[in-house]
Amino acid sequence: MIRGKTPRIILLVCFVALLATPLVLKRLAKNREVGQVDHSSALSRYGFYLQEVSQDSKVKFTHQAPTLDHRLDHIMPQVASMGAAVSVVDYNRDGWADLYVTNSGEGSKNALFKNNHDGSFTDVAADVGLADLNQVGTGVSMGSVWGDYDNDGYEDLFLYKWGKPELFHNDGGQKFSRVTDKAGLPAWVNANTAIWFDYDRDGRLDLFLGGYYSEDVDLWHLKNTKMMPESFEYAKNGGRKYLFHNLGDGAFEEISQKAGIDTRRWALAATVADLRGSGQQDLFIANDYGISELYFNDGKQFREVGNQTGVGFSPKSGMNASVGDVLNQGRYAIYVSNISEEGVLIQGNNLWMPREGTNGDSIKYDNLARAMDVEIGGWSFGAQFGDINNDGTLDLYLVNGYVSADRNQNYWYDFSKIAGGNSTIISDAAHWPAMDGRSLSGYQQKKVWLNDGAGKFVNVAQAVGASDVFDGRSVVMVDLWNRGVLDVVVANQRGPLLIYKNNVTPENKWVDFELEGATSNRSAIGAEVRLFWDGRQQVQQVSGGNGFCSQSQRRLHFGLGKNPQIEKAEIRWPSGKVETIQSPAAGQVYRIKETG
Amino acid sequence: MSESTIQPVRAATLDVPVSRGSWIGLNNRYIPPLFITLILVVGHLFYGILESYERTALAIVCALVTELVLGRIFFGKWLNLSSAYISGISVGILLRSPAFWPYALCSVLSIMSKYVLRVKGRHLWNPSNFGICVLLFLAPETVAALSVQWGNYKWPLLVIWILGSIIIYRAKRIHISVTYVVSFFAFAFLRSWITGDPWFAEVAPITGPMYQLFVFFMITDPKTTVKSKKWQCVVVFIVAFVEMLLRLNQVVHAPLYALFLVGPTAMLIEIWLESRHRIERGLVN
Repeated sequence: MIRGKTPRIILLVCFVALLATPLVLKRLAKNREVGQVDHSSALSRYGFYLQEVSQDSKVKFTHQAPTLDHRLDHIMPQVASMGAAVSVVDYNRDGWADLYVTNSGEGSKNALFKNNHDGSFTDVAADVGLADLNQVGTGVSMGSVWGDYDNDGYEDLFLYKWGKPELFHNDGGQKFSRVTDKAGLPAWVNANTAIWFDYDRDGRLDLFLGGYYSEDVDLWHLKNTKMMPESFEYAKNGGRKYLFHNLGDGAFEEISQKAGIDTRRWALAATVADLRGSGQQDLFIANDYGISELYFNDGKQFREVGNQTGVGFSPKSGMNASVGDVLNQGRYAIYVSNISEEGVLIQGNNLWMPREGTNGDSIKYDNLARAMDVEIGGWSFGAQFGDINNDGTLDLYLVNGYVSADRNQNYWYDFSKIAGGNSTIISDAAHWPAMDGRSLSGYQQKKVWLNDGAGKFVNVAQAVGASDVFDGRSVVMVDLWNRGVLDVVVANQRGPLLIYKNNVTPENKWVDFELEGATSNRSAIGAEVRLFWDGRQQVQQVSGGNGFCSQSQRRLHFGLGKNPQIEKAEIRWPSGKVETIQSPAAGQVYRIKETG
Repeated sequence: MSESTIQPVRAATLDVPVSRGSWIGLNNRYIPPLFITLILVVGHLFYGILESYERTALAIVCALVTELVLGRIFFGKWLNLSSAYISGISVGILLRSPAFWPYALCSVLSIMSKYVLRVKGRHLWNPSNFGICVLLFLAPETVAALSVQWGNYKWPLLVIWILGSIIIYRAKRIHISVTYVVSFFAFAFLRSWITGDPWFAEVAPITGPMYQLFVFFMITDPKTTVKSKKWQCVVVFIVAFVEMLLRLNQVVHAPLYALFLVGPTAMLIEIWLESRHRIERGLVN
């Protein structure tokens, strides 16, 4: 035993030092933040800057939210909080990317912005039959995904709603025909995610559809108010999932249960990728109010391996699922967005990195979001990987913000109160306190995380011009002007569609691949390109939907950095065929058709 | 229950006021650690409550090591670790952070507070209450306290409440928990009447796991509650009242802050009163 004052003084000093530790860490973190700079500084420091050009591009679109059953009036802003979504398609095969944007007010119109090749866009949705899709009684749009389900060379549209899902056949890039009934789609699904993919590799695109609210809930005509999640992090009373197997004659067979996908968690986002290098497309579902799920695809059957792989352990509020080879290892990481609100709820977003030394069926994932500085966003929704400055590594764009209303009052206290309640309390909307015009994680800044290639990201959003504070939902990356750069388009809830034109230093080179399947599905969804250059490699895949209610361009874009020496590009088609392009040139778009 | 037992040189009279006899074959001082472990195990098996095994283990280990080292240094012996274990496990459950360091820091600060923040040989704050509140004040961008429901199975919840009640009844602290719970419900009515929010919304928090730990472990901690049974009830009623005031001001972690404010204040008043009595007795003698 030590007596005397000295040890007590030492103890006191240590105690005070430990108390000061969080403040010191906060200070250090603040020093790492990047503030606003002018364009030339951003270009020289980060290799790019963004300019919001929706007005110059003649894109005027403001999302409208639905007005649901009056018994939800008191919490309407948070229930009617989704539906702003954007997907990329070249619907008329003119080689220029177009945008399809959903609206969610009853009677509101969706928009198809046709690219005029001169920097402007024209909404042609009404002309082609894709505008008036939110009619009263049919539900409202939540998002869309494009895929050539009949392999005729034109991308078809699947529109998912809180309501009747719809399939539209693309008639040669001129018109769209509603083929929902022939396809055999269900009468009503409250869905927030759908993915085109060829799960059985038969050359025809199949469709995954994920329910959020239970499908027996009509949000405009509630039987009762017990339609909310039964738990904030352990809810299993959400919508069912659907896997529609493409029969090849325009009809689809629903086989989810037969295929082993049987879950009622609250799906908000899904993505597929060949995560194990098996050649099969595995399915990842990010669930709100619970754990994420990962289904390994064995070709005909799926098996849930979330807990086994590590991604399905800690329940959070999954709202995004996107994949990217963030460390140029030739393997996919998965990014899931969640909720972080200072002092209330710090879930942190997840960056699931495949663990070194694990692969195949025994692959394990570790959440390295904190280690790599992509953890804290806010109330996060959509996120996309893409090499935004063409330096050869994938960067990450994340949108945040839930309900922006009264700036001076927030709903978090009441939200946390009810979130702690037993299922009988939380699941009944009547028990939820009124929002009364208050914000809930509103007016939040976005994140543009630049990848340094060595395992760290730095947020440069304010410096490069991504400074909006709308309630971001869906984000896509797309080369809108065919310049070899990724522009960013953001759909905001109750807010405008934003187009961020990207200006990248010409020193950084690029190469693109546009794939078309022959034996494989014609959209080439699921095809991978593995690029080898300068002793590096990166793998990307053609996606049938990813992020949150979004689908980026099908064209694969590789940034290369300065003076690249490209060795080869390996293309692995969903059919299993592998083709190699030796020494592709930088600055080119390679249009590759699968050899039959 | 005993979260904060340390054995200071002159603390024999301040030791755990629970019976030393065996209860189902176990010394009562081991019942609380066993019970909180049960909550952890049941919670995790049924709901998967832990952020990760590593974080909880880190919190527990840091609490144990700190207690061992400081006990050895300042009291010259290896202290019984049951209270430090409870502090560590409470931190592991109640603190929510994707980072590791808050778990370590919170545990260390919790245990250190027993050695630093002392008046007349008694420490003032419930250790884990102190540690968690400090982290919530100083690092809100990194940590939050457990505020969500663990799941929807009612039986495990019921078992924990019943078992917890039996154990604190045996520990002769049930009056504190009951007073608090009754006060909470009464103030929930009052808040509902004042704010117009549904009563169910006001009582929702107490159905969550945070309150199980709060009711069974924090407010009943013998080392940081006043001695008289009557005043224990009064103090915990004041805790509930201050919690109501904080809730009316939309403070998310109101119960933790209420105990943080009221507990030490009550302790200081008692210490001051005892000191006065001693002086008076001295003067009389």
